[in-house]
Amino acid sequence: MSGPKISVRGLRKSFGRKVVLDGIDIDVGRQESLVIIGGSGTGKSVLIKCIIGLIQPDAGSIKLDGQEVADLGRGDREKTMQKFGMLFQGGALFDSLPVWENVAFGLIQGRGMDRAAAKEIAIRKLAQVGLGAEVGELSPSELSGGMQKRVALARAIAAEPEIVIFDEPTTGLDPIMSDVINELIVKCVKELGITAISITHDMASARKISDRIAMIYKGKIIWTGATAEIDRSGNEYVDQFIHGRATGPIQMEVRAL
Amino acid sequence: MLDFLASVGSVFFAFLTSTGRLAIFAGTALSHCFRPPFYPRLILRQIIDIGYYSLPVVGLTAIFTGMVLALQTYTGFSRFAAESAVSTVVVLSVTRELGPVIAGLMVAGRIGAAIAAELGTMKVTDQIDALSTLSTNPFKYLIVPRLIAGLVTLPVLVLVADIIGVFGGFIVGTYKLGFNPGMYLSRTVDYLQANDVISGLVKAGAFGFVVALMGCYHGYHSKGGAQGVGAATTHAVVSASIMILLCNYLLTALLFANR
Repeated sequence: MSGPKISVRGLRKSFGRKVVLDGIDIDVGRQESLVIIGGSGTGKSVLIKCIIGLIQPDAGSIKLDGQEVADLGRGDREKTMQKFGMLFQGGALFDSLPVWENVAFGLIQGRGMDRAAAKEIAIRKLAQVGLGAEVGELSPSELSGGMQKRVALARAIAAEPEIVIFDEPTTGLDPIMSDVINELIVKCVKELGITAISITHDMASARKISDRIAMIYKGKIIWTGATAEIDRSGNEYVDQFIHGRATGPIQMEVRAL
Repeated sequence: MLDFLASVGSVFFAFLTSTGRLAIFAGTALSHCFRPPFYPRLILRQIIDIGYYSLPVVGLTAIFTGMVLALQTYTGFSRFAAESAVSTVVVLSVTRELGPVIAGLMVAGRIGAAIAAELGTMKVTDQIDALSTLSTNPFKYLIVPRLIAGLVTLPVLVLVADIIGVFGGFIVGTYKLGFNPGMYLSRTVDYLQANDVISGLVKAGAFGFVVALMGCYHGYHSKGGAQGVGAATTHAVVSASIMILLCNYLLTALLFANR
């Protein structure tokens, strides 16, 4: 099939009077790794939640493999959600279940797979992210932050989704563990041939895992380009962001309106 | 004056909004009760959590309620030489009214709070969104098992509470007030109709559903970290308690008043 994997046009979402997404246009190619950068509160999380189907947008179109999904009913939307895997910012592991059952959750509950077979796959996925089978028996609260992220990554890829969404994969990790996670993401994207969308404000991570970078500011995409071009974007917003300068066109809003 | 009217109006609208939200939430949850997939293992676990682990606290409140009821009734009734009615008053009060209400309120404190805290924490740590992304409907996986468990376990709990409450009255009646044990028991049974017990159990089912519903609703809609979860827990317990007392009156007035 040709055409982009995901195509978003004119996406809008407001919460009360606050406009969060103000007409987003973006395409994600097949097996491409797109990173969306932007400050806190610029609408990154809302954008990916709209794409995955956790939030219903107010207006605009989201096409998945050329098929419109933005206006689907709840039941059909759940079916398209099966194409996605998501790594949540805080991991969002189920603390009532052991690690292996977390990884196997989508297989057992979502696909109705036999528990024993699902456990085997879970252990294989844990190995892919560098964790031994013995970790599978622990409870998520016994793991360090980096290990929780790895388990969450294993869970996101366990059901072999076509698209994986990474929500701030390196936030809260030390630089070395961040790099480990980055390499795992690159490896998973390459090996599994998935399409990846990540949001982050960690530029080291963004440069490492992306093919292409898009910057979001005040609910609009203000720049997109190949990763190598980000240093000569000629866009002063992008320059300010990637160099982390306090002064520039982007003014921090002290109070969210 | 206009300001005053405006604030009254906005409070009223806020009340209507939240009532509507709750009704939609309840409707969605109920519709999921009848559509597969079902999770019998989760229902069973909730039944154990809600029912079995609530037995001690419900049993203790029931026995003291029965005991104090016998004492108070005796004090009052002996003033016009009607002591012999004590056992009947105890059994009717416990089965028709105090058993369901007190068990309901205790379970609201114990279970409503626990449900709201658990679901609230899952909400603020994205675990509920994570369920959706793993092809699992949060309503079916989290809320339906709790509602069903609340609905079926509370009547059983109340039946146990009824027996323990009557037993509490019996202990006080025979050991402290000097009733003949056989006479006390036969008077307990003589004036008791099946409908007295059944009406209490129907109420209990409604209360169990209300407690689970308020816990789920407030937990599911909590936001804003630890403080939000705390607020959700408080709201769940308070609203469940008020709803129990309100439903208690309505059910009694509508269904059981004339029998």
